[in-house]
Amino acid sequence: MGEKRIIYMDHAATTYTRPDVVDAMLPYFTEHFGNPSSIYSIARETKNAVETSRAQVANALGAEPDEIYFTSGGTESDNWAIKGVAFANRKRGNHIITSQIEHHAVIHTCKFLEKEGFEVTYLPVDQYGLVSPDDLEKAITDKTILVSIMYANNEIGTIEPIAELGAIARKHKVYFHTDAVQAIGSVPIDVNAQNIDLLSLSAHKFYGPKGVGALYIRKGVRIENLLHGGGQERRRRAGTENIPGIVGLGKAIELTTSDITAHSAQMRAMRDRLIKGILDTIPNARLNGHPEKRLPGNVNISFEFIEGESMLLWLDDEGICASTGSACTSGSLEPSHVLLATGLPVEISHGSLRLTIGDANKEQDINILLDVLPKVVSRLRDMSPLYKKIDKERKCDV
Amino acid sequence: MYSEKVMDHFKNPRNVGEMENPDGVGEVGNPVCGDIMNIYLKIENNIVVDAKFKTFGCGAAIASSSMATELVRGKTLEEAWEVSNKAVAEALEGLPPIKMHCSVLAEEGIHKAINDYRKKHGLPEWEEKNPHIHDHDEDVECQH
Repeated sequence: MGEKRIIYMDHAATTYTRPDVVDAMLPYFTEHFGNPSSIYSIARETKNAVETSRAQVANALGAEPDEIYFTSGGTESDNWAIKGVAFANRKRGNHIITSQIEHHAVIHTCKFLEKEGFEVTYLPVDQYGLVSPDDLEKAITDKTILVSIMYANNEIGTIEPIAELGAIARKHKVYFHTDAVQAIGSVPIDVNAQNIDLLSLSAHKFYGPKGVGALYIRKGVRIENLLHGGGQERRRRAGTENIPGIVGLGKAIELTTSDITAHSAQMRAMRDRLIKGILDTIPNARLNGHPEKRLPGNVNISFEFIEGESMLLWLDDEGICASTGSACTSGSLEPSHVLLATGLPVEISHGSLRLTIGDANKEQDINILLDVLPKVVSRLRDMSPLYKKIDKERKCDV
Repeated sequence: MYSEKVMDHFKNPRNVGEMENPDGVGEVGNPVCGDIMNIYLKIENNIVVDAKFKTFGCGAAIASSSMATELVRGKTLEEAWEVSNKAVAEALEGLPPIKMHCSVLAEEGIHKAINDYRKKHGLPEWEEKNPHIHDHDEDVECQH
């Protein structure tokens, strides 16, 4: 009897760190530990490593290296982009536009700014989670200073029309920020072609280490600092650099963006087999998000009559790691704001399951999911009082 | 996050299913809140001779239903009425604070089923000692 293999299908939550990324990082803990701000020669190696990573990140985004600033992750990048632009451009206006389906790092930052006197428009989305460029254009006023729309949604995987939204913002001379935390490595990004002024990313979503990210800031963007202190990151982001993390981020982004087309085609094939298999075998199930404009690894399906956390517990029992938009795992009683924004009824939002495929998965994992999941759903439906009516109707049909 | 006892009652729920001609039925919860519990009681000579449940909800809700039906079986109606949410949670070797409302739901389900029986038999309904006992404020938005 061997240990049951873990089937990790929660890559949108975090990824493992690639062994080659870890190898690249290791010398920067023990050997090259000098503070890049120091003058002596052993510090030069770390300074060079930071600049190499900066160039790797810039290259992945089609940006210039001096437009890349390292942070502690996606949350800091989002906070910096939004608060920094808001406070630096206060004299021009106090209006910010974002969407109803942003990550909490964006939504809660906007809520904070509302208390500080800013006005925020939260654009609605359609049933697939898409923001409408027309809605954006209509929402822009002469007080608008920033538009922040995520590149791809972390829950339902919908990929937003970023280039189009960016073009509208540019036309109206409004800064355009995108939270691209979920998108790096899954879709090709070019900050110039896509009219992006600020972009947030986080290493642990693409096989890099946790605790490190970056913010792209287009040259000329007026932005305040978020962290005050030393003169690191060209006086824009204080604090001694997380050198091993930055090295890992650079290496990871280089690897993950080197072969996006082939890699995402492979993920997409597994994703589509899983979606089709689930919808074909389990009745009263529906796909959340867009059928095509979605991240290559994202599967998000709602199962009527059952609740998400109980699904996760049974899946965990089979060694399968997944997540849900149900309130019961979030510590609040409201289910996912993203699912609700797409118009999904509350009771069905409680029964959503997110499976995010990535490099930890093999084709065989899809087979196991397709074997286990129908049993889990039917076991829970058998004890659900909501299911009895349907159940009886079906029995009558037979 | 859950005790072994909770996981045991979640994975091997006792008394799950519907009951033919129950003497008392308690339906509590709300699908909007993510949990609904139906409790069915068979009552003979003032004693709960059988208890069953059907639940839509999280692991704690299913385990609480299972434990609550176990606790009331064989008890007089008076004793069954005294089975509190705390007793359910304790029998489950504890619930995470955010999940205490699941045990409250179980208590309310039992009470409702008992009162359903009393009503059907022309007996005065018993009053909830602590109507809507809730352990955290958010519950206000999602009244059971």
